[in-house]
Amino acid sequence: MNKTARVALVALFCLGAAACSKKAVKPQETQPPAEPTTTAPETTSGKYTPADLDTDACLRQRVVYFDFDKDEIKPEFQQIMACHAKYLQDRPSAQIRLEGNTDERGTREYNLGLGERRGNAVSSALQASGGSASQLNVISYGKEKPVCREHNEDCWSKNRRVEIVYTAK
Amino acid sequence: MRILRSALSILLLAAAALVAAPLGAQSLNIEITGGLKTATPITVVPFAQAGGAPLPTDVADVIRNDFNRSGKFRSLAKSEIVETPSRGADIKFATWRLLKQDFITVGRLSDAGGGMVKVEYELWDVNKQQSLLAQSYTAPAGDLRGVAHQIADAIYEKITGVRGAFWTRIAYITAVGLGNNTTYSLVVADSDGYNPQVVARSRESLLSPAWSPDGHKIAYVSFESGNSNIYVQDITTGSRQLVESHARGINGAPAWSPDGSRLAVSLSYVGNPEIFVLDLASRHETRLTTNLAIDTEPNWAPDGQSIYFTSDRSGRPQIYQVPAGGGSPTRISFQGQNNAEADVGYDGKQIAMVQGNGNVYRIAVMDRSLGGQVRYVSPGPIDESPSFAPNASMLLYAAVEGRRGVLYAVSADGMVRQRLVLADGDVREPAWGPFRPR
Repeated sequence: MNKTARVALVALFCLGAAACSKKAVKPQETQPPAEPTTTAPETTSGKYTPADLDTDACLRQRVVYFDFDKDEIKPEFQQIMACHAKYLQDRPSAQIRLEGNTDERGTREYNLGLGERRGNAVSSALQASGGSASQLNVISYGKEKPVCREHNEDCWSKNRRVEIVYTAK
Repeated sequence: MRILRSALSILLLAAAALVAAPLGAQSLNIEITGGLKTATPITVVPFAQAGGAPLPTDVADVIRNDFNRSGKFRSLAKSEIVETPSRGADIKFATWRLLKQDFITVGRLSDAGGGMVKVEYELWDVNKQQSLLAQSYTAPAGDLRGVAHQIADAIYEKITGVRGAFWTRIAYITAVGLGNNTTYSLVVADSDGYNPQVVARSRESLLSPAWSPDGHKIAYVSFESGNSNIYVQDITTGSRQLVESHARGINGAPAWSPDGSRLAVSLSYVGNPEIFVLDLASRHETRLTTNLAIDTEPNWAPDGQSIYFTSDRSGRPQIYQVPAGGGSPTRISFQGQNNAEADVGYDGKQIAMVQGNGNVYRIAVMDRSLGGQVRYVSPGPIDESPSFAPNASMLLYAAVEGRRGVLYAVSADGMVRQRLVLADGDVREPAWGPFRPR
């Protein structure tokens, strides 16, 4: 199936699905007018589209924060894991790079390992909720890419993170 | 003590005035943190210059600074040098005995033609009125700092019996700019921070520089291709080789074997970081660790028989030792909440590491000949990357001050500390190079 046809089909399925209505971004004129809408299978309703990455409140959250020297995903990030996993499931061509980061405490190479461990934890969580390993790539920057440069817990907590970066939507 | 400190600060002001203008990139700052009862008093008289244009380097100043930051000597401040003999025959020993000096160095510079300068010096024992050394060097005027460091090395060895390590080089990483506009550089400089030369530059992070034992190459980690990869670069020709680039995971923490034929590295393509030994000629990898923990920061024992590394297999990072040919790792660090990044002195007895307690990370030196006793040589709070001089008399380490990284050189006893500062940017990850062939 070529890309145009796939886009058309996704748009078509959305016509019959109430859940799609608020996410629909395709202009009316691009939708094939004559196709029957009632044949859309139940399982394809409510699928994410690339536009949702910019508009969906859950998908727009792309950072997971961690406790010091820990790689456990805290309960408050489970919902984010679920919606990104669903996106991966809905969009098999989508690709995510998980960028692991740490705070400044501890040595550089150890922190590369810790950042990778956090990236792997997010990767596992996304796979457990339906993402595929082939859609996920983990890279660790350790403490090399801080978003905050002060030496206090407030700052450190912002740096202990995994960033979810879509490399293909 | 107070007199010494004020004398030192005068000396340093003089030194700063001499060097700050032409170089711009460096400044000097020596801090005495403890008693110097064991430091040997030595005078280095300003070297006489027979005619010619003023030279860019004050040779005696460079020697004095080397001595002072070593912690083994305290040199008489330039302002207290009341007489300026330039030959042994002109030394009035009574004067220097009154000033409680044990040794005195005198010297002179003369034009050797073709841009070359002849440097002659003598070392005398003040109490015995005996000549200990008399040598001369001929070098380009632009290399007088190198000559001064070699003189300091010869005097250091004559008096202490230990080879001097002033005429050596250091490598470090700088980061200049913010966010996506940061430029990372791998820099090689003299042991006192002068003559910095950029050997590699990247828009992505560079880290973990490691000198080859012959001083010709540096192995380092670069993110320039996206992931961490390990390169080996010839610092003279600039040519380089990609030696570890597994697409999955970390390729990091290179450390040369003492014979220069192998690199110990940390690779995580197997799922988590493990220690491997890479044979550089055959490119054959031997895996040394099998554990779900982070195993990284390998460093060879000087005899090449074992490798120290950091592992959090016990919960928090600690230092372990494993036979280089494979075997069971043994934990060797037990003091402090966590320990990482071991660097081993040339005799294998002293092991420097980063010790973390709460939010304070300091450089600790463990003496294995004293039953693993640990002494701190840095104050924290975020110190790392300890690197011994090749004679283990001093260490370099990285510290954070405000929003930037700075480098310190500290005597192995922790009593004398000197900050090496670049004018702008963030400096980190010092690595002290090997001895240079004499």
